[in-house]
Amino acid sequence: MAQRRIRILLAKPGLDGHDRGARVLARSFRDAGFEVIYTGCHQTPEQIAATALQEDVDMVGLSCLSGAHNYLYPQVAKLLRDGGADDIVVVGGGIIPDKDIPTLKEAGIKEVFLPGAPLEVINDWIRANVTPKE
Amino acid sequence: MKELGKRVLAGDIRAASRLIRNLEDQITDTYIAIQEIFKETGKSHVIGITGAPGAGKSTLTDELIQAYRSQGKTVGVLAVDPTSPFTGGALLGDRIRMLRHAEDPGVFVRSLATRGAMGGISKAVGEGIHVMDVLGKDRIIVETVGVGQQEVEIINHAHTVIVVLVPGMGDEIQALKAGLMEIADIFVINKADREGAGKLYKETMNMVQMSRDRAGVSKGWQIPVLLVESVMEPHKFAESVEKLRDKIEEHYQFLVDNDLISERMRRKTAAEIQEALWGAIMCPILNEMEASGEMKRMIDRCLLKDTDPYTLADEIALRYMKEGLAKDICADS
Repeated sequence: MAQRRIRILLAKPGLDGHDRGARVLARSFRDAGFEVIYTGCHQTPEQIAATALQEDVDMVGLSCLSGAHNYLYPQVAKLLRDGGADDIVVVGGGIIPDKDIPTLKEAGIKEVFLPGAPLEVINDWIRANVTPKE
Repeated sequence: MKELGKRVLAGDIRAASRLIRNLEDQITDTYIAIQEIFKETGKSHVIGITGAPGAGKSTLTDELIQAYRSQGKTVGVLAVDPTSPFTGGALLGDRIRMLRHAEDPGVFVRSLATRGAMGGISKAVGEGIHVMDVLGKDRIIVETVGVGQQEVEIINHAHTVIVVLVPGMGDEIQALKAGLMEIADIFVINKADREGAGKLYKETMNMVQMSRDRAGVSKGWQIPVLLVESVMEPHKFAESVEKLRDKIEEHYQFLVDNDLISERMRRKTAAEIQEALWGAIMCPILNEMEASGEMKRMIDRCLLKDTDPYTLADEIALRYMKEGLAKDICADS
């Protein structure tokens, strides 16, 4: 029986080994009925973009707690666009100052979730904003 | 769909990944894309890696990719992880071990969830292999979910099956049991620095020597038992995986030399025809019964002991076969 399922790539770009948040999200996505590919820490934007293409995901979730999000997140979005995959939704989370959020959104990060964001809110946002490919 | 097949033939990675996605999601017309590529399949050497959860399959796969890349061979990987029986979601984590190959255009890794299949792989693996095959991957590695004793479906898809064992999983009786321990073309004893590895090696060797003449399968192939050193000793680890690679190649050559490839291909093709028949016959019937509410009514009747599943199945089989026959007659006249 035909049934599209949402596929998500969860990745941690840059030099940041703190992935408890990402792991909790991976588990939460699983429980929400999504298929989530988790890549672990220390990824380059190039690795993340290449992985997203190979895995045919609908969304890329980026987590970074090191402060380098202003470079890393837009770079992933750009590489996806360059690879002809601007249909993949990119969202970010982590320790991100409020003042950075508008710039990130302009650079193609569709939503930013800050520490304390309830898991249900994130899952509902995904259901409302990410449609599996036709 | 035809177009999608053409794009895969042209080497388009996104199209390839989408085709695998369509197979997973069981999109109705996907078979048209497979029809498009089928003639070009059958060139790659397919390697299955199976074993218990945490045995080290992904780490071994990663190093095996490296061992093949150092020889200039291209590699496709289908890595399977389990789907939740409760939510339908899945956490696919095999890639964590294969990060270093992410940007290598000679390596294509695709993660798959089992989506309810019970044989240790996903239903989409058979056709997923075709997709990797027409992309021109020299070697295709299928990594199964962490398996127990019984999930042996990988033998329908791989030319060479590697069973990964680790010390500390049970006494010697485990090695005598049917199922998983029978399907190996090569045994790997992983984490060989751990206590109990020597004992496991001896038990496995004993078992292998007793099954030299497995009916119709190995035909004289001496199943090797390889010890693979801990990943914490990177050089030793790499060296033992290179030995594994050479054994895999030796096994494939053995299959070729003894004309056993065709036997394995027949097994794979038989499984594929069954799968296609299921898709062509059972799926439409099940969909129809689900949509019309007949399935629900049948369940209710069975629960009330008004009838039983077997009587119902007989009735339905008869009904659909008659309908099919009637349609054929109409088409003829």
